[in-house]
Amino acid sequence: MGDFWGTMAEAISLILQWDTDLIGIIALSLRVTLTAVAIACVIGLPLGAVVGAFRIPGRTLVTVVLNALMGLPPVVVGLIVYLMLSASGPLGPLQLLYTPTAMIIAQTILVTPIVAALTKQVVEDLHGEYAEQFASLGVGRIDRVLALLWDARYSLLTVALAGFGRAVAEVGAVLIVGGNINHVTRVMTTTIALETSKGNLQLALALGIVLLVLAFCVNAAVMAVRASAVRAAYV
Amino acid sequence: MIRHIFMSLAAAVVVAGGAWVPAAAADDGFIVVQSTTSTENSGLFGRILPIFEEKSGIDVRVVAVGTGQAIKNAARGDGDVLFVHAKPAEERFVENGHGVARHDVMYNDFVIVGPPGDPAGVKGMEDAVAALTRIAEAEASFASRGDDSGTNKAEMRLWNQAGIDARAESGSWYRETGSGMGATLNTGTAMGAYIMTDRATWIAFGNKGDYEIMVEGDPKLFNQYGIILVNPEKHPNVKAEMGQQFVDWILSEEGQAAIAAYEVDGQQLFFPNAEG
Repeated sequence: MGDFWGTMAEAISLILQWDTDLIGIIALSLRVTLTAVAIACVIGLPLGAVVGAFRIPGRTLVTVVLNALMGLPPVVVGLIVYLMLSASGPLGPLQLLYTPTAMIIAQTILVTPIVAALTKQVVEDLHGEYAEQFASLGVGRIDRVLALLWDARYSLLTVALAGFGRAVAEVGAVLIVGGNINHVTRVMTTTIALETSKGNLQLALALGIVLLVLAFCVNAAVMAVRASAVRAAYV
Repeated sequence: MIRHIFMSLAAAVVVAGGAWVPAAAADDGFIVVQSTTSTENSGLFGRILPIFEEKSGIDVRVVAVGTGQAIKNAARGDGDVLFVHAKPAEERFVENGHGVARHDVMYNDFVIVGPPGDPAGVKGMEDAVAALTRIAEAEASFASRGDDSGTNKAEMRLWNQAGIDARAESGSWYRETGSGMGATLNTGTAMGAYIMTDRATWIAFGNKGDYEIMVEGDPKLFNQYGIILVNPEKHPNVKAEMGQQFVDWILSEEGQAAIAAYEVDGQQLFFPNAEG
């Protein structure tokens, strides 16, 4: 255990003396993950709401598929995106392999099912309460989806955070499609993996702590927004 | 108060996320080099690439994976230059039309490292095949990459010469980690296993514990690196001109001198041997 705490102490001193490279790595991590989560929300929120609110055909099947896709292994997603974007793959001419865009695509694929499946659950529960009111007021389908999403917005923030947590901690997919290229596609998780493989365990741990703090800050920021919005809504 | 801190944090996060645009992604002045973990993890590229980038204005983006994977990636056209260490596989790559030509760049050697207790009693041996035979007879733990990398290919050649089917023992004393050199060193040193590694990665490795080099000096442990321009006729997306510039520089006197000058702890890691 002494060794562990020694490593921790050294890790913290390493964070303090790290150069500007770390800022770039943190910024890229945030850029890739936040963009992926945003796109996943644009797709996943309406999709989840429609499946949650309406008795569409094949609803059970869609639900099962969405739930199953929540467990997609990142490495498999990375491999599929790699094969699509590879110079010999169908999307090769776009030349997206080994770019941050490729990493955003991979993480979007990972996060969208989570957002959609959790949104479906939230909206379904809410719809149970609202269904009679909607019917008596003769609310149209699109308005129903919008009203449900709006009224569930605080719960859906947590849904987005679940997606963020999955994406920011993920290493398998971004390593394959990004290539962990220094100053181009190197993010927090791939840096941690690299430093571990170099045997620089203190530095790897230091970066792990930074990643944790980062995730904490994003979560805290979202929760603060939520809290102030809730207060404003009920004043 | 706390809310204000969180709000400003949120603002900072948004600014950081939106404002950061990769400077190099905008222009086309870069090449992708498919290479191995030993060249990247040992710090060699970190030292020599800035010299080339400064001189040529070409940004070199290194994808560092095992040699087997690097060759397969390059064969799909995902890279402009291949810089690895498995001569027979590299020659096949060129024969199959994926590469223009192969050039020797530099060499170092493999070593077998082990725990100070030396359970198989191989310390100081020079004959690598005899040492592996002794490890197998003692059924002492041996951690292998098991990932078809250059180091793994070299290790398998030695087991072959010893007439031992080590993979048949996989899971008992023979442990295949299926990962890179650094990860295998981390795993192997933790389980007290013997490990075959390239000397450069070993010298630069930061988690050696009390491990020592047990076997070194056998000509069979020679480790040659080669460089190949990926064939633009086969893969039209290859940036042949810039890739060739990089290959020429690595083989030039200046490039070779930069490789020779790279040292860790006062030890030279790679020995240039391009044909002048």
